[in-house]
This record gives sequence, C-alpha cells and structure tokens, in this order.
Amino acid sequence: MDNVLYHIRRNGMLTAGFVALFLMIALWFIGYMTVDVKQAAPLSARPDLPPSREFLLGTDSAGRNMLAVMVIGAPATLQIGLIAGALGTIVGTILGFTAGYFGGIVDSVIRSIADVGLTVPALAVLVVIASVITTTLSPEILALIIAGLAWMFPTRTIRSQVLTMRERAYVEVARLNGLNNLEIIFKELMPNLLPYLAASFVGAVSAAVLAAIGLEALGLGPQSEPTLGMTIYWARYYNGLPRGMWWWWAPPLLIIIMLFIALFMISAGLDEIANPRARRTT
Amino acid sequence: MSIRYVLGRLLFFFVVVWAGITLIFFLPRLAPGRDPVRERLGMMAAMGGMNAENVERLAQAYEAKFGLDLPLWQQYLNYMSDIARFNLGYSLAKFPTRVIDIIGPALPWTISLLTVATVLAFLLGSLLGGLIAWDGAPPILRFLLPPLFTFSAIPYYLLGLILIYLFAFKLKWFPLTGGSQILTMPSVSFSYLLELIYHSILPALSIVLASIGFWALSMRGMMITVEGEDYVTLAEAKGLPSGRVFLWYAMRNALLPQTTALALSLGTILSGSLLVEIMFGYPGIGSALFIAITGFDYFVIYGIVFMIVVTIALATLILDLIYPLLDPRIRYQEN
Repeated sequence: MDNVLYHIRRNGMLTAGFVALFLMIALWFIGYMTVDVKQAAPLSARPDLPPSREFLLGTDSAGRNMLAVMVIGAPATLQIGLIAGALGTIVGTILGFTAGYFGGIVDSVIRSIADVGLTVPALAVLVVIASVITTTLSPEILALIIAGLAWMFPTRTIRSQVLTMRERAYVEVARLNGLNNLEIIFKELMPNLLPYLAASFVGAVSAAVLAAIGLEALGLGPQSEPTLGMTIYWARYYNGLPRGMWWWWAPPLLIIIMLFIALFMISAGLDEIANPRARRTT
Repeated sequence: MSIRYVLGRLLFFFVVVWAGITLIFFLPRLAPGRDPVRERLGMMAAMGGMNAENVERLAQAYEAKFGLDLPLWQQYLNYMSDIARFNLGYSLAKFPTRVIDIIGPALPWTISLLTVATVLAFLLGSLLGGLIAWDGAPPILRFLLPPLFTFSAIPYYLLGLILIYLFAFKLKWFPLTGGSQILTMPSVSFSYLLELIYHSILPALSIVLASIGFWALSMRGMMITVEGEDYVTLAEAKGLPSGRVFLWYAMRNALLPQTTALALSLGTILSGSLLVEIMFGYPGIGSALFIAITGFDYFVIYGIVFMIVVTIALATLILDLIYPLLDPRIRYQEN
C-alpha cells in the first residue's frame, strides 16, 4: 500500500488525472445542489435563449435548461461507461486468466474468438443491435449492449500478461510449495497484476464511453434521456451549429473531452506503475 | 513467406467475414418476437401511396426467403448465399434502388478520405514520435508532447465539430458541409479536383489531428526501447551519421510494432472516420449509414455493416501479408 501511495505522489500523470476527475465531480455536485434538475425536461423554459444570469448555459430549442441537462446528462454518460467497463474488465479478467494460465485448447478457443471479435469493428456490430431496439433503448441497456463487446480487448491483453508471469520464478516456487492453481492465481498473480487490471478497467470505461457517444452520434442512443452524446446529436439534428447556438453543443462536448483526458491520464499513470519500463520515458 | 502463414491469414479473413455475416443475421433476430424488417414492410404497406405495388413485391420476396414458415437454418443459408453473390437486397426507403447502388457511389469518398488521412497521420505521427525520443533531435519538439497527448484523447468527430465551428462557421474559410458544391457536376478536371480537396481538408484534418498523437506516443515508447539496443550503439560507435542511424537503424525497427498496431486499430479508425463524415455531411459510407438509420432502412444498414466488416478484414489481411516482408525475423522463422 505504501508503495502505491509513493507512486501516486511521484506519478504526475496519475495525480493530474485524478485531480481533473475530482474537479469534474465537484463541479457536478455544485450544479446538482444549485440547479433545479426538473428543468432538464423540454418546455421548462423559453427556447433558444443564449447564456444569461438566469440560465447560465442558456436553453435549447425544446426549452430545456442546458445547465440542468448537463447535471443530468454527465452522470448518465459516465454510468454507461462504468457499467460496460466494469463488466468488460471482469469478464476479460476471468477469460484472460483462464486462457493465459491453463493454456491448451481453452486458450486457443478464447484467443481465436477474441481475435476475430476485435477485427470486426465494434461500432458496426453495435449499430446492428441498436437499430433493432432503438425505440426502447435506455442508458442501462445501452451499457449492457456495449459490455457485450467490451470484454475482448481486456481478455487479450490480460492473457498476454498472465502468459509472461506464469513462467516467473516466484510462481514456480509457489507451485513447489504446494499451492494449487487457484491459490497461485489469487495470491501470486492477481496482486502483481492489480495496477495492470486497474489500467485495463480505466481503458475499458473510456472505450465504452467512446462507443456510446459514437452510437449516439448516429442517433442510436436513448431517445428520451439527455445523455451528453444525445445532447450533441439533438443539437446537430436541429441545426444548433449553423444557428450559432454554441451553448447547446459546446458544453457536452467539453465535458466529454475533459472526461476522456482525465481517464487517459489515469490509465497512462497506472500503466507507468504496472509497467516499470514506461517510467523511463518521462 | 511460407504457404502455411498465407493460408492461416486467408482462413482468418474468411472467419472474420463469416462471423460478421452471422452476427448481422442473428443479432436482429434475437430481439424477442420482433422482426424490424417485417414491421417496417407492414408499415410501408399500410401507408400505401405511390408504390404500394413495389412494397407488395418486396414483402413477397422477403417472405419467400425469410418467411416465418421457414426454419431458421434455411433462412440463414438463404442469407449466406445472397451475400456470397453480393446481393444485399433493396433499399426500403428508396425502393427500386438496390443497396449496392447506394453503397457503390459512397465507397470512393470514404476510401480516399480514410486512406489519405490515415497514411498522413501514421507517417507524421511515427516520425514525430521517433524524433521526440531521439537524443539528437531538436528539444523544441518535446513541447509538442502535451498537445499531442490532449488531441489523442479526443474522439475524431468531436474534434471535427470544433473545427467546423472555428474554421467553417466563425472564420468561413471552409465549407460547412458536403463533399463538393451542390451545383457542380462531377467531372475529370483540375478545378473539380481542387473543389474536392477543398471540401475534404477539414474532415481529413480532424482525423489526422486526433490520431497523430496516438502514433507519436506509441512510436516514442518503441524508440526508447530500440535506442538501448546493441545494434544502435554499434552503429553510433562505428561513427555513422546520426541521421542514418536514426532512419535505418532505430526508426526502421521501431516501425514494425507500429504496423501491428495499425492493423489492430483499423476498425477504430474506420468507425471514427465514419462519424466524422456524418459531422461534415461528407457523402461517404458514414453519411449513407446515418441516412439509413434515420429512415429505418434495414437492408441498407446491414449492407453497409457487411461492407465495413469485409473492408476491415481485407485491410487486415493485406497488412498481415505485408508484415513478413518488413520483418525478416518472421519471414525466416516460418520457413
């Protein structure tokens, strides 16, 4: 634990990422306490108002208070990423460990499926699913759909990590000491891979958010929920850009960008802990 | 390059395409008790109007191949044999038009934009990343790292949106939308070519800016590993010119894993650039997909997804076959 704290103190990337994420959460909390979130519904204010003292981020063409929309939308988008990222990492860890540790035919099967799945572009598959159920899509279902594809990348990277770890001397010693496979996996391999798994998780969250806003840009997101991606979609759909209504599309865009940068920094920072070779690079 | 390697890659290509077709066929049928195509056809028939007869014909053809009275495996085989002959069906929204006639004209737009932007980003990014890590390079380059880092975290199409706002809406340097002027007829002339380039600068720029950082960062990582290798030290000790050591000893070897990374991220790049097309109203596959989705034109959606899968599988195959030519280690190990 001391070791981890030491890294956080000297790992600029990780610290910056966490600070950025914390700032965003703090901002969101202030918004949540001060704004009436009911105004995220259409027809709750006069439409097309530019930012003013009353509506800090203005209103859109449906008469939504954009500040309230952001307060509702940001956690909805992050939630999609967290659900899909967590499920993807858990399944990826289980499959990656199974394939990498036990090898043989199980490994071949898991690796082939992941390889083929990674070659087929995720967005294409997601489009096929989402276009069927678009009318009833909720953020939770969207998250589950994305999770269905989010396990392949973690599976492959974790598998290759386990593969190199399996041959290390300390695993051999553990085996000679009479530890069984499960004990070796949980007591010897897992703790060593924890920073790596954490980096994987952050990467998966980021990829899931990217997939979600990609689908939303195609109009295949939750129709009645103002996630960040859907807000940008509606802003484009109703010509918010050529009409000069930057307050409609710019705030969700900036929040998404900040979120990506924060996640990117955290994952790069975790990578630095997981992979000491990368430390030389700064 | 051994026959085994080539056959293995070819097999992988067919498995990917087969997996794509199978997913396109089965995924929509997993939705409980719903066939979106049938619903859509029913809706079109109910609306009647100008081409009720066409809808009727379309529905009959669909029933004959994918009717509920047929077992699932029969429908699946029908679908596979259609696809194998590149028969992607008809557009539901613009009926007499075949899906292939919607995809065909859109394809060159996507391929040219994507190829130019990806090659530019890959080469520039790799060169930049290599230089940043190289001791002999101007230190000013290191200041490029933070902005590159930032850009690489932004999805292509969001960067595109910002570029549209700044350079098309505010400064009016570039057109807001489209791949050419609405009124110009396509022709083989220099002025038409200029117009095409003028319209694709912003979309290409958003892809290049957003992906250049990715290549630079991974190249930088590779260069640092390569720089410590014995053959680089030897080349330097021999007194070879620094530029030569950089290009032919360090870069050349560091580029190999970059090529693998390129093969792996083709899907992401393609998805990203399809979304960029939508933002710019660029008349490629991405915009065609968007129009199909808003019009519930399922055959076009499935057709485009099929084309995407085939394109990626093909590009991966080509990269896989080029790779041994670049890396002698793979070439000899296989023999």
